[in-house]
Amino acid sequence: MISLLSSASPISWLLDPLSHDFMRRALMVSALVGGVCGLLSCYMTLKGWALMGDAVSHAVMPGVVVAYALGLPFSIGAFVFGVGSVALIGFVKQKSRVKEDTVIGLVFTGFFALGLVLVSKIRSNIDLMHILFGSPLGISGSDVNQTLIISGLVTVILLLFRRDLMLYCFDATHARSIGINTGLLHYLLLSLLSLAAVAGLQTVGIILVVAMLITPGATAYLLTDRFDRMNVLAILSSSISSIIGVYLSYWFDIETGGSIVLVQTLIFLVAFLFAPRYGILKSNSSIAS
Amino acid sequence: MMNSLKTNNQIEEMRIEADQVCVDYNGTVALYDASLRLKSGCICGLVGMNGAGKSTFFKALMGFVRPSRGIIRINGLEVPKAQRNQAVAYVPQNEGIDCSFPTSVWDVVMMGRYGSMNFLRIPSASDRKAVWHALERVELIDLRKRPIGTLSGGQRKRAFLARAIAQRASVLLLDEPFTGVDVRTEKLMSELFIQFRNEGRTILISTHDLSHVRDFCDLVVLINKTVLAYGETSEIFTDENLTRTFGGMPPDLLSGPTSSESLS
Repeated sequence: MISLLSSASPISWLLDPLSHDFMRRALMVSALVGGVCGLLSCYMTLKGWALMGDAVSHAVMPGVVVAYALGLPFSIGAFVFGVGSVALIGFVKQKSRVKEDTVIGLVFTGFFALGLVLVSKIRSNIDLMHILFGSPLGISGSDVNQTLIISGLVTVILLLFRRDLMLYCFDATHARSIGINTGLLHYLLLSLLSLAAVAGLQTVGIILVVAMLITPGATAYLLTDRFDRMNVLAILSSSISSIIGVYLSYWFDIETGGSIVLVQTLIFLVAFLFAPRYGILKSNSSIAS
Repeated sequence: MMNSLKTNNQIEEMRIEADQVCVDYNGTVALYDASLRLKSGCICGLVGMNGAGKSTFFKALMGFVRPSRGIIRINGLEVPKAQRNQAVAYVPQNEGIDCSFPTSVWDVVMMGRYGSMNFLRIPSASDRKAVWHALERVELIDLRKRPIGTLSGGQRKRAFLARAIAQRASVLLLDEPFTGVDVRTEKLMSELFIQFRNEGRTILISTHDLSHVRDFCDLVVLINKTVLAYGETSEIFTDENLTRTFGGMPPDLLSGPTSSESLS
């Protein structure tokens, strides 16, 4: 997989990997998943659901294992456990005096632990490392199809409900007072989160998928005061960092998920420092406006 | 504008009817036997201490909490139905809003139109006209492209008032509207409230700021876990009633506009 860099020209840097089937597939899936997670990350960061994203992405683990064991598409198992964990969080929070962040931490670690135990007990062709850390370079044809369907579904729903979801994130009280069903929007957003977590799992794995669900949104948030523009910037930064991450992984033989998230984090860092209005090194003139 | 609000000519229009409303949260009573009837075209102050049930009463009027007993009707309809008719607008306290949300003044006011739009919430020409008109009335038309976070507290309050105007709601619920606003906004708001009253809207203002209530509320509701008294401001604002409302504190509270905050 590794070729020495000394002889390569910049063009072949970009084109050589494309001669491999697995690389074309990895780049396509990573860019697509990156874009979808990037779009969703706008809602996650504005709603303040970073912890919820972490919880859901970990909680899908036993679902993936059970689905594999039963021969079902893994996305179905992941979806059931993702939504189930959120319902459980809501139930425990309502029925006990334990604070919400504690309940979230408690439920997702419980689910994750269950997943680990199941993996060790159900000996199958599941590679724990693939679930935990993702393996876009080794993604199978059927996994590609599932990821395409999930990505399409999430994108269509987000586009159809984008105004209502934005209003829900901004001012849920107003949304409710004009007769919008905010309970439905709540569970819709959580379902999308579960689906996106499953998609993200393919490229960066369970441990890092929360980064896909918050970092692009956080980066875009520093760059604009317009919601639509934030969506576009989040999608772009997420897709581009996924592509760069896969290339880096190919050329330097580094772990793909880690490389994608690291590029995302670096882009955030650049925005954090140099964003025109909200970067910490912004020019003083923008304060006046 | 007046015509659009007068829908039901046969019976005398009751904007808000609450009959013996009780609300409890997991066994803790927040409000009991609260009854209130407000006609179209009035400005009513909802006065009580923090924790007296003002926000619970608002939540019940907006259908966020279901009364364990009693009935609430808005424009003669059950609350969810009235909401679908865009009858109720809530103007939040400034603290209740995420000011760093990436949205413009125009977009915030447009949110008042969502309930009247189609499923995809694509604004029509008449929606844009309603937003423009609402922004003109609160004197924010020049700031319409500004991010909401760059506005002052008073300007932000006016933006949310514009959203209620754009919604064409007949019942306006305002939560502490005079907290943290500038003199210009305060004057504009009191003028707008009087215009709203003349247009047949009913305005319910939750506050513990007694001086503003005395200045321009026609009616006042004193609340402390239940409706202690309601009626014409001049009749209700007695030393005795206010003492009951503020839990036995001396009624010279009237002189200090925000003095009740120090109580809580």
